Amino acid sequence: MSTLTREQAEALIAEVLEVYPEKAAKDRRKHLAVNDRSIEQSKKCIAANRKSLPGVMTIRGCAYAGSKGVVWGPIKDMIHISHGPVGCGQYSRAGRRNYYIGTTGIDTFVEINFTSDFQERDIVFGGDKKLAKIIEEIEMLFPLNKGITVQSECPIGLIGDDIEAVARKASAQIGKPVVPVRCEGFRGVSQSLGHHIANDSIRDWIFERNAQDVKEPYEPGPYDIAIIGDYNIGGDAWSSRILLEEMGLRVVAQWSGDGTLSELEYTPKVKLNVLHCYRSMNYISRHMEEKFGIPWVEYNFFGPTKIAESLRKIASFFDSRIQENAERVIEKYKPMVDAVIAKYKPRLQGKKVMLYVGGLRPRHVIGAYEDLGMEVIGTGYEFAHNDDYDRTIKEMQDATLLYDDITGYEFEEFVKRIRPDLIGSGIKEKYIFQKMGIPFRQMHSWDYSGPYHGYDGFAIFARDMDMTLNNPCWSKMTPPWLKKEESLTAAKAA
Amino acid sequence: MANIMIRRSEEGRYIFYLPKRDLEDTIVSIQFDSAEKWGGEIRLANGGCYYIEPQPAPARFPCTLRAKRLDAPE
Repeated sequence: MSTLTREQAEALIAEVLEVYPEKAAKDRRKHLAVNDRSIEQSKKCIAANRKSLPGVMTIRGCAYAGSKGVVWGPIKDMIHISHGPVGCGQYSRAGRRNYYIGTTGIDTFVEINFTSDFQERDIVFGGDKKLAKIIEEIEMLFPLNKGITVQSECPIGLIGDDIEAVARKASAQIGKPVVPVRCEGFRGVSQSLGHHIANDSIRDWIFERNAQDVKEPYEPGPYDIAIIGDYNIGGDAWSSRILLEEMGLRVVAQWSGDGTLSELEYTPKVKLNVLHCYRSMNYISRHMEEKFGIPWVEYNFFGPTKIAESLRKIASFFDSRIQENAERVIEKYKPMVDAVIAKYKPRLQGKKVMLYVGGLRPRHVIGAYEDLGMEVIGTGYEFAHNDDYDRTIKEMQDATLLYDDITGYEFEEFVKRIRPDLIGSGIKEKYIFQKMGIPFRQMHSWDYSGPYHGYDGFAIFARDMDMTLNNPCWSKMTPPWLKKEESLTAAKAA
Repeated sequence: MANIMIRRSEEGRYIFYLPKRDLEDTIVSIQFDSAEKWGGEIRLANGGCYYIEPQPAPARFPCTLRAKRLDAPE
């Protein structure tokens, strides 16, 4: 299928919307757009961060998912209590593949589910006593934890438990930070508010405490930076970190993939915050800029073109030595990147991709696909705000599709009509599209592969895309009894 | 009244940020822009107009201020 023209794309959207009742169609119309690069402000073409329509299939998460699953969860030396019924924590346990180093259950706790397992009794009489007891027990069983966070699930907000009071008391008792996070799932329209709440809780409970306490010695240096918004999925933060370190920068903190509490505490002393996932951590970056005067810069480590661009941009904040190093790093990896492109570009050239992910990937991975000669013809976010779309419009070609919080039905219809060569989305979409005969990669968890960040990640990315797209199974989609006569006789003759 | 954050861009222009609406835009004009009196009506590139109580210029940027919306597109 060739690329759509603007008129065809508009017609496609109109056609897909036809099945909805009038009111729903009117609402959904605002979330679907055809990209126009001349538009400066995405507000004019697409609505974002609005409540999903009741009755449609949305794949959004909740505020708890944003806080526990994304921002706080990967902090490895703290224990994150899923405060409420057992399901929220258990079913989301270790699903994001935030890699980390440490001995799980001794000094690191990412993959373990801690929950207060609310019962009817706790709803009726309140769960504060239980929470205090849990913190006490955790302290006894896991003495090497560096702190505790209380991630509220829906009932906590509904019954009005005072987790802040419990946290303050417990914190004084155990002498470690205990952070209450008011990320009840019903807050906001998607996980996005959970990110914000989690950012605010770091600001209010870690930085504030930090200011009062004397910390273990840490000598700030002139080249200190913090990686913000990299969750180390499949090792992403590690493959980013080595590039920054090769440039001569000192990575003091990783927020929050493979991160620790001390790293969070050291961050206010760094010279620059480099921000990968703008959506989930711009809040704290802006706060640190205002409070501590730390500039922040967005970067993109998907695909060599964007990596080179980003390395230069980061280096521009430092002296000429770092800038020269940046050039040297780019030069050093050039032969490797050229080899990857020479190998995979001929196999992937011209293939069309549709994306539907969250956070930063719907725009960040476009460059990586383009480096491989592929074309992204549709992209969309689960939970973006308009500032994300402002940034996306420039990355996408004209007359491509943009879809915000797309429903299951709309996504399927778009795919049926456009027939892209590859879809990048999450586990919930994977099997629908594979059964439709379209190659699919999970772009949330890298389909259990990774890392995809950095130059090393790009090689893996290219290999994975090739492996998926050129898999021989896609030629076996028609069963033998439905094959045309000629092809059968031809096969017999041969 | 809403909390806004004003910062300086690399080119030295003022950038307006309204977190509640994810609105980030360049300020094209500001009524008073001197050390002792700063603020007043500010105009954004998108046509929006906000009012900050005139005050001595903030010692450093970015800074969070209260602003009143006079006229905003939407």
